[in-house]
Amino acid sequence: MSTKPVGVIGEITDVNLTMKVAEKLRDAGFRNWDIYTPYPVHGLDKAMGIKRSILTYISFAGLLGGISTALGLQFWTGAVDYKLNIGGKGFFDWQFSIPIDFELSILGTAIFTVVGLFHLCRIPTWYNRYQDDESFKKATDDVFVVTIDADDDRFSATETASLLTNLGVGNVHLVHATAN
Amino acid sequence: MTVVQEQERLQAMAHGEEPVREDLVLGNPTMRDVTARIASIVESKITMKYLATLSVTGAMAAWGLFALYYTITTGIGVWGLNNPIGWGWDITNFVFWIGIGHAGTLISAILFLFRQKWRTAINRSAEAMTIFAVICALTMVLSHTGRPWLFYWLLPYPNQMAMWVNFRSPLMWDVFAVNTYFTVSALFWFVGLIPDLATLRNYVKSSVAKKVYGVLSLGWTGSTRSWHHYEIAYMILAGISTPLVLSVHSVVSFDFTVGILPGWHTTIFPPYFVAGAIFSGFAMVMTLLVITREILDLKQFITLKHFENMNKIMLATGMMVGYAYILEFFIAWYSGSDWERWIFINRAFGDYAWAYWTMFLCNVVSPQVFWFKSARRNIPLMFVISIFINIGMWFERFTIIATTLHHDFLPASWGYYSPTWVEISIFIGTFGIFLTLFLLFAKFVPVIAIAEIKSIMPGAQPTHHHDHHGDAH
Repeated sequence: MSTKPVGVIGEITDVNLTMKVAEKLRDAGFRNWDIYTPYPVHGLDKAMGIKRSILTYISFAGLLGGISTALGLQFWTGAVDYKLNIGGKGFFDWQFSIPIDFELSILGTAIFTVVGLFHLCRIPTWYNRYQDDESFKKATDDVFVVTIDADDDRFSATETASLLTNLGVGNVHLVHATAN
Repeated sequence: MTVVQEQERLQAMAHGEEPVREDLVLGNPTMRDVTARIASIVESKITMKYLATLSVTGAMAAWGLFALYYTITTGIGVWGLNNPIGWGWDITNFVFWIGIGHAGTLISAILFLFRQKWRTAINRSAEAMTIFAVICALTMVLSHTGRPWLFYWLLPYPNQMAMWVNFRSPLMWDVFAVNTYFTVSALFWFVGLIPDLATLRNYVKSSVAKKVYGVLSLGWTGSTRSWHHYEIAYMILAGISTPLVLSVHSVVSFDFTVGILPGWHTTIFPPYFVAGAIFSGFAMVMTLLVITREILDLKQFITLKHFENMNKIMLATGMMVGYAYILEFFIAWYSGSDWERWIFINRAFGDYAWAYWTMFLCNVVSPQVFWFKSARRNIPLMFVISIFINIGMWFERFTIIATTLHHDFLPASWGYYSPTWVEISIFIGTFGIFLTLFLLFAKFVPVIAIAEIKSIMPGAQPTHHHDHHGDAH
C-alpha cells in the first residue's frame, strides 16, 4: 500500500505485560496512543499516565444545578408567582421542599454524569481510524490492543513498530486509512 | 486450586482485595468462552418455545391494555372503588411494582459500593426488571388519575390559569421521585450496557444486527482513556442510586404517612416500605432468574452461590418486615389512640383478616426456612418461596390500603371493597407487559454483564503494579 499509515497496532494477551508496555510507552513520551481492553484493568490508567478525570466536577455541577432548580422552582412558584393558601401552611418552607430538592439533585447529577461521560469519551461517534482492523476488534473480546497514532510526534513507521515488538507485543502491524 | 492460583489469591488478599471465590463463575471458561456464551444467546435462532411464551405474555399484555382502554374511555367507575374506599388495586399494584424495582437498584448500586462481586452475574437482569417494573407502576398510577391524557397537569409548567402544582403535597413528591427513579435507573442500565453492546457489535455476523448494536454501542472501543472516565461515572451513578433507592419507597410511603388516617399516619413506614420493597424485588428477581438460568442455560454464571446470597438477603429483609408488622401493633397500643388501636385489631381480625394472614404467612413465616443452608441452596424450594413472597408482598400493600380505608371514622360510612374484572385484567396486563419486556430483553440484550464478569475472573487483573484508586470493579 502506498498510502501513509495512520498508526501502528499490536496485540497483548497477558494483563501484566499490558501494564509493563503501558509504563514503557508512557516513559518514552508518546502522546497519541491508547490501550483498548475488554474490561477495565485496575491501575492501567495510572500506568498510562492518564490524568485524573474531571467527570466528578461535571457531576457536582449537575448536583448544584438540580438543587438550585428545585429550590428556585418551589420558592418562586409557591411564594412569589402565585401564593396559594393551603391549610394555612407556609408558602415556602425548606422542610417540605426537601423531597423534591433531593430528587432533582440526584436527577441533575445523573444527567450531567452521563452527558459528561459521553463528552469525555467522545461518544457517540461513527468512526475510529482502526475500526476495520481485525486486531482492533478483538479488544472487546479477550485481547489487550495497543495503538500508537501516526500523528504522534515520536511516531516513525519502522521504529515504533519494532519498539512494540521488542516490548513483547504480538502481531504488530501498520494500519492504513480506509477508503472513507 | 493450583499452587499458582492459590498464590495469586493470597497476593490479591495482601493487596486488600477481596479474593475471587471460584464458584462465582464455574468451569474455568476463558474470556473468549464468556463472550461467545453470552453473545450467542443473541445470535441463536428464535425457538417455537420462545415464541409460544412470548405470545402468552403478549396476550396478557393485550388483555390488560384492553381493560385500560375500557377504563379510560368509560371512566374509573368501572373499577370496584367506592366511598370510602378510593384506593384499591390501582395503588396496591403501583406500590407493588415500584417495590419490585428496588432489588435491581440495590444489586446494581448498593452491592457495587459494598464490593459484592457476586452481583456481576445478576445485576444486568435485575436492573432490567427495575425499569420494566417502574413502567408497570407508571401505567397503574397514570390510569388511576382517571384522565391520563392530562398527565401533564402533574408537572409544574406555565399554563393559562397561571397556577402551579402544590409542592406541599406528598403526591407531588411522588411524581418527582418516580420519574427520577425511572430516568436514573434507565441511564445507569444503559451506561452499564454500552461496553457489552460494543462486544456484540464485534461479535454478531448478521449485518443488520451489526448495525443495530453498532448504533446502540455509540462507537465504544474499550479505550483505557474511556474506561478511566467510565469507571468514575459508574461509581457516581452507583453512589447517587444508593440514596435514591432508599428515597423512592420512602416518598411512596409519605403518600400514606402524611395523611392523618389511623394505620397510615406512622413514622415506621419509610424504612418498613424500603425493606419490603427490597424483599419483594429480590423475590421477583429470584422467580425470573430461576427460569432464565434454566432456559438460557446460564448455570455457569448464575450459581447456587448467587441464589444462596439472595436468599440470605430475603431472610434479612423478611425479618425486617416481620419486625415492622409486629411493632406496628405495639405502637398502636402504645399510642393510646382508640382509633389507632381499633384499626390494627380490625386489620388482623376484621373483614380483611384473610388478606392480613396471607401476608403474614407468606412474608414472615415462609422465608424462615432460609435459616437452613440446604434450603438456601434448594432451587425448587426457593422458587416456591419466592412466589409466596411475591404474593405476600402484594397483600401487604392491599392490607395497608384497604383496612385503613374500609372502616371510616363514622360507622355509617363503612364499606367493603372487591375488585371488578377490569382491575383484575389490568393487573394481569401489567404482568404481561413486565414479562414481555423481560423476554425481549433476555433474547436481544446481553443478559449478563460481559465486561464485568471478565473483570472478576481469575488472572483478569494485574498481580503487581497494583495501586488503589477507589473503585470496586
